[in-house]
Parts: sequence; C-alpha cells; structure tokens
Amino acid sequence: MEKITTHTGVGVPLRQSDVDTDQIIPAVYLKRITRTGFDDALFARWRKDPNFVLNQEAYSAGSVLVAGQDFGTGSSREHAVWALKDYGFRAVLSSRFGDIFRGNSGKQGLVAAQVAQGDIELIWKELDNHPGTTVTVDLASRTVTCGSIVAPFEIDDYTRWRLMEGLDDIGLTLQHEQDVTDYEATRPSWKPKTLPAKLS
Amino acid sequence: MSSREQVAGAPRTLAEKVWNAHVVREGSGEGGARQPDLIYIDLHLIHEVTSPQAFEGLRLANRPLRRPDLTIATEDHNTPTLEIDKPIADLTSRTQIDTLRNNCAEFGVRLHSLGDKEQGIVHVVGPQLGLTQPGVTVVCGDSHTSTHGAFGALAFGIGTSEVEHVMATQTLSLKPFKTMGINVEGTLRPGVTSKDIILAIIAKVGTGGGQGYVLEYRGSAIRALSMEARMTICNMSIEAGARAGMVAPDQTTFDYLEGRPHAPQGEDWDAAVEYWKTLRTDDDAVFDAEVTIDADELEPFVTWGTNPGQGVSLSQSVPAPEDFEDENARAACERALDYMDLTAGTPMKDIRVDTVFLGSCTNSRMEDLRTAADIIRGREKDPDIRMIVVPGSARVRLEAEAEGLDQVFKDFGAEWRFAGCSMCLGMNPDQLEEGERCASTSNRNFEGRQGKGGRTHLVSPLVAAATAVRGTLSSPSDLDPVDGAAAVAA
Repeated sequence: MEKITTHTGVGVPLRQSDVDTDQIIPAVYLKRITRTGFDDALFARWRKDPNFVLNQEAYSAGSVLVAGQDFGTGSSREHAVWALKDYGFRAVLSSRFGDIFRGNSGKQGLVAAQVAQGDIELIWKELDNHPGTTVTVDLASRTVTCGSIVAPFEIDDYTRWRLMEGLDDIGLTLQHEQDVTDYEATRPSWKPKTLPAKLS
Repeated sequence: MSSREQVAGAPRTLAEKVWNAHVVREGSGEGGARQPDLIYIDLHLIHEVTSPQAFEGLRLANRPLRRPDLTIATEDHNTPTLEIDKPIADLTSRTQIDTLRNNCAEFGVRLHSLGDKEQGIVHVVGPQLGLTQPGVTVVCGDSHTSTHGAFGALAFGIGTSEVEHVMATQTLSLKPFKTMGINVEGTLRPGVTSKDIILAIIAKVGTGGGQGYVLEYRGSAIRALSMEARMTICNMSIEAGARAGMVAPDQTTFDYLEGRPHAPQGEDWDAAVEYWKTLRTDDDAVFDAEVTIDADELEPFVTWGTNPGQGVSLSQSVPAPEDFEDENARAACERALDYMDLTAGTPMKDIRVDTVFLGSCTNSRMEDLRTAADIIRGREKDPDIRMIVVPGSARVRLEAEAEGLDQVFKDFGAEWRFAGCSMCLGMNPDQLEEGERCASTSNRNFEGRQGKGGRTHLVSPLVAAATAVRGTLSSPSDLDPVDGAAAVAA
C-alpha cells in the first residue's frame, strides 16, 4: 500500500445523509473479478443526472469527498472503496461512517476522516461559495483545512499509523504466525470443521 | 470489551465471552492508541462476489489458504433462479461463478455449486449444515453474516481485504466492539413476527445507532422465538449499523443443532453443550448501551422510505418531512418520498404494490415459507400482483416440496424458484422494473437495490402473503376468513 501522510485536492460536496454502498456502487457492477477498473461504476445511477455534483465542471478534478452523516452504510462490498479510489478520491469526510466501509477504506489507502457535522456544514458552504476550492486532509496533525476553516478529524491510531507507513495487514499478522499456531493447539476438538464434508 | 480489563471472575456480556475466547494476541497500548487484538476465526464462509480478488491476492503473494477445513463456499448472489441446469446466460455472472469454482478447486475449498443439494444463500447453508454453532467466530464477505449470531456466535461481515487476511492467517486484526443490550420483553400478538421486532428496533435505533456495537437481543420475547425467527432478527443488525447481533444459546438452540451433519456427536456433543450453557451475559454485567422494546405493543411493521430505519406500523400513515426534528432526517424523508413516489399522510394500507418477493437471507427458511403458505392457502392472488418465492437453499426447496408448499404457492399463482439471493439485490435477472413497487421480505430498501428505479417496502412473510392477496400493503388480519386458511387475528 502507498504511504499517505497528507493529501490536498478539490473538495466535492455531497449534501446527503445515509449514502449506502448500493448508491456508491450498484450491485450490477460487482460481477467483475478484478480489483481495479470501477471508476465508471462510482455513483453510477446518480451520475446519469446532469445536475449531480460529480457532473459539474468545477468538481471534475475532485479528490476529497465531503459527505453527509452515515456514509458507506449497508453492504460490505469493498468495491465501494475501489470505485472511489479508481475515480480519483483519496479521502472522504463524514460525521459518521458505516463500520465495514471505514475498515475497508483503511485497508485500501482511502482516508475516512470523521469530522463533526458542524464542520462538514461549514466546508459545504465554503465549497458552494467557491467551487473548486481544495481541501487538505493531514494525517499527521489530524486536521482538515478548507479555505480559512481548520477542523480536527478522528481516525483510529492504528489505521492512521498503517496509512502513514503504507503497511500490509497480512504481512503484519504473519509476523505473529507462531501465536496463531499456538492458539490452534488449544481449540477444542468438537469445534466445527467443513472438511471432510458431511451431508444430511 | 478489552480482555485486558477483565479481572478473573468479573461479570461479562455474551459478546465479551466469545471475543475473549478467541484472542490470539492482545494488542498493546492503551485507550485510543491501543492496537487491535488478533482474533481467531472459526468459520469462514465464501461466495462468488467478494472472493475473486482475495484469491488473486493469495496467488500474487504466493500464500496458501491456511485452513481449508474451516472454510466453505457456495454460489448465491449471481445465480439464476430459473433453468439452473442451463449455462448461466449472463456472461459476467458466469465468469464470476467459474472463477469461484476454479479458485475453490485450486485452494482445496469445499464448494456447493448451483444444482447441488446443499447450495443456497450462504447464511442459510451454514446453520442448516450445523456448522454455525454457539460461541464460534464466523465471518464472510457479506454484511448479513450477522445472521449467525442467532446461535450465540460472534458473526460479522468483512470486506475483500479482510477475506484475504482470513484466508491467509485464519485471523483478523480487530478493535474490540462496544456492547448494546436490546431488551424485548412481553408477548407478540398473533400476526406479529420477529421481522416486525427488528424493523421496529431499527426505526428506534436508526441506521447508524448501532455503529461500533455488538447487539445482544434478549428478554422474554426473544427467548420465545424459534431459531429461524432469531436468525431474521440478527440478520438485520447491520441495518441498525451494528456489524454483529447475538442471542444467547439455550435449549431452542441445542434442539435445532442436535443431529445436524456438522454438529458435534456423542461425548463431543455433551462437552460442547456444557460449554455452550456458559455463553450468556452474566447477571451483573454492564452493557455500554441498552434499548428496550415492548413486544406487547408491536404491530406489523413496514418501511415507507429508502433506508431500513424509515419504517412505521402498518396501521399508520406515510410521514411528512415536518414530522422530523432533525434537519438531516427531514431532508432524507423528503428525498425518500420523492423516490418512493409517496404522499405524506397516505395510509400505509392504501399503498398498492406490483410485486411481492418472498425470499433472501432474512426470510427464506422453512418457517417463513410455511407461515406465508398458511395465509394464502385457499385464497386467491390479486390478479395484478406478481409473486416470486425463492427458497433460501436447495435443501429448503426440497423440504418445502416434500410438504407440498410449492403446490400451495403455484396454485395461488406465485412463481416457485430455485435457491439464491435473487431479487434481494438484483444481481441476477430477478429485478424490479423502473418505477415498480415491491413488498419484499428482504433486508434493504435502498434506492435501486432491487433493480434500477425499483421501490421497496420491507415486510414480514405474513404481510407479504396478505399483500399478495389484497394487492395493497396488508396484514393477515385484513383478510376475509376462508375455510382451510389460517385465521390470524391482530
């Protein structure tokens, strides 16, 4: 994973709460077996509306999504994160994220920054008044900056550290492989096993 | 639920007990700086949609799949529910299914393919085989993995990166969850089901209220429920924002499991039951949050909007934006009414639907099919309604056919399909048309979830069946009595 410490890019206001992962990427796009190439699928249904924010010229280079509360709820599809990244987003701001979406973001180098709703609304106003304004998301200081607005954001320490170091989770866990093996030796024999297959 | 904070003998919740029993390695540090715990995963369920990129990751890193004997795969999301003996017509769907078959063969994973007697929705298959057991950790690249919590398992959905992590290590790095007790006390009225309980809970807690929590459903109304009804409740925990929901195991759980193919046998069974009986929240344990629901007061519950928290009792009317104090909720209501093409103040029972879908990992098990069949037996379907019945698994379909339920549905004029996720998410050809309105026993009423422009009302199997008779959202108590059909007063 690429290291990320700070990112500055055009902020895109998405003035809507409860943006579930079915909206971020509809299920019909989940049939692909690759991890990339989902940029066309991002908000696919909303993008057919010419007034949708991503269709506005000022936001065409957008890379920081400023969303309403409860962004990324619903389905566990990591495709939602892949689609945001493929489109060019590097960070999403919201006052609350779906748990699984937030976890998936951390695995894929997308910064999910939890910003107080009041600050989200200030940033929305700034972006509406000056479309094309950039937003800086700084992991080191845990702040977002937009025009004269400087607001703190929350992200858990472990995810922040992994993002800043660009670390691969599996590699980290495999450093403790002996602990896994030791744990396995303590598991009761009656715990379920899928093999050999038993059928009714 | 930090295991470090647990003093020996200190009271613990059910979720904490299961978590503590699976800590491979405790994370170091304190408070916000604390690293995650490494948690062992007892059972990994796989399907075609969220696994191909994970298998590819293993291949690229030249890593083996650590425990094929704790892993099982099935085909469900993409599979057709008609003509399953023919090649899948949609080429991208067929490629994804073929990819799962090749990956399972390469990595030694047991797979139940389309046409196999054990094929079906992954969350129906695990419990039916007896693989889902009290006190185990279960994960799957699917948010409705919370279903398995009905057995007292800690079960939750994960993304594809985590799927790959479990394949490679049989563990996950996780921050401890908070715990929320949901107390449902009292007795359900006739015609009110566990689906109504969970829809009422989500309306109360909100779609984000459970974020960061494991929910534990408890109280006399939960204890009185069958395993299938408990699965319906735990299934929709994610719709309240919680990754997992649990019910403490009891005799109902043990009776359901005993004799299933992968349930322990003989002395193993006795040892397992002895352990399972310890899996309950201690009397003095404290939840981080608690919610209480009065079961006596509950009525059939349905959604009017585009998230599962936007629901009301069936006897009520479509709300108006002004009914909400919160500005965001008001805006969400306005947008939902527009998408759903509904007018505030319309009685829910006046809403006419086009399609009734009985299926999904929420409500596609034998009990769901039986209760719906009991309502429609001897009655006539509204001629303009299309009703699709999709059993949760091939085995459910066979059992239903052995009881003659398929004939009840067919006589009624419903379509009797093969098993899969089907119209719950519309990845296969079973989709709503633009503007079509559906009473659905599934779990999500998101915009376009069941097909582009489709409108979804989430309902119980009983409401689905009554709606298919009347053509408008209805409860069984709205139906005229018929000889041979179930009399339900509500």
